Amino acid sequence: MNSVIRDITADQVQPGRDQFKVGDGVRVHTRVREGDKERIQIFAGIVIARKGSGIHQTFTVRRISFGEGVERVFPVHSPLIERIEVDRESVTMRARMYYLRDRIGKAANKVKEKRLFEHKP
Amino acid sequence: MNYTLLGKKIGMTQVYDEQNALVPVTVIEAGPCPVVQVKTVESDGYNAVQIGFGKRKDRRTTKALAGHFTKASVGNLQNLREVRCEQPVEQQPGDVLTVSGFNPGEMVDIIGETKGRGFQGVVKRFGFAGGNASHGSMSHRRGGSYGMSQDPGHTFKNKKMPGHMGNVRRTVQNLLVVRVLEDKNIILVKGSVPGANGSNVVVRSSVKRKRSA
Repeated sequence: MNSVIRDITADQVQPGRDQFKVGDGVRVHTRVREGDKERIQIFAGIVIARKGSGIHQTFTVRRISFGEGVERVFPVHSPLIERIEVDRESVTMRARMYYLRDRIGKAANKVKEKRLFEHKP
Repeated sequence: MNYTLLGKKIGMTQVYDEQNALVPVTVIEAGPCPVVQVKTVESDGYNAVQIGFGKRKDRRTTKALAGHFTKASVGNLQNLREVRCEQPVEQQPGDVLTVSGFNPGEMVDIIGETKGRGFQGVVKRFGFAGGNASHGSMSHRRGGSYGMSQDPGHTFKNKKMPGHMGNVRRTVQNLLVVRVLEDKNIILVKGSVPGANGSNVVVRSSVKRKRSA
């Protein structure tokens, strides 16, 4: 990337925002404006893709809402995102988990979870 | 005079504005542009200023140009361009125009030379639909008929045909100034501008929409 462009966008890149991986279950806290009131809305689901770099970086969150698959794409460094909470870590063999779109029912949310091995004495 | 600067397209990126919307912007390095010559009705028959931008190597500067630059006591400049003005301007040779003449929120026009695309067919060059891909069609990306038969007996002038595309001067009007970085001589305008990264552009305050602020 051109150094001039990097300098321009550097102050808008939120440090520590990208501490999540594809496959993680996340809760995205977004600020929603209704009239003159502002409240926090949470979109919870599985990160199925991350794209781009720097200020352009986005991620896609998929969830099953009332039996219907819903995907939402967020810019990682959007000021409208309050914080991104990781509530489930997982191990994936893919960079993009688009195969979840073809799954129905219980399997739709099934991602191999990360197990922390207990060390036996 | 329409405030005009010469500059260089650096590239595109995105920035968040006050409404937290992600805005696509083009980064342009514009100015500083020293005034090299001031033309007036008395001396030249019309009012104009000649401005320059960039640095030209000494050994690439002809003696004639060097004398021209010395007269205005400016360094050797790479690009020179004349800007016509309605009224005689108050600037003197040696004055420097910078991006501080532009403010966020106002409109600018950008002039540049588009990317060269070489010899192209009518589908890419003029947006023709082309023919059928299948069903025995042998006319896939052709331009169709070039005209009638014995009457008129010739193809009309300006008939759109394959040919060279790109590499022409184009003006984009009414681009919003998103941000001005005075210390770096950089201006951010919303949207795209003609030309490749690193190519020369002209930034001028909008002709059609005057500054409101």
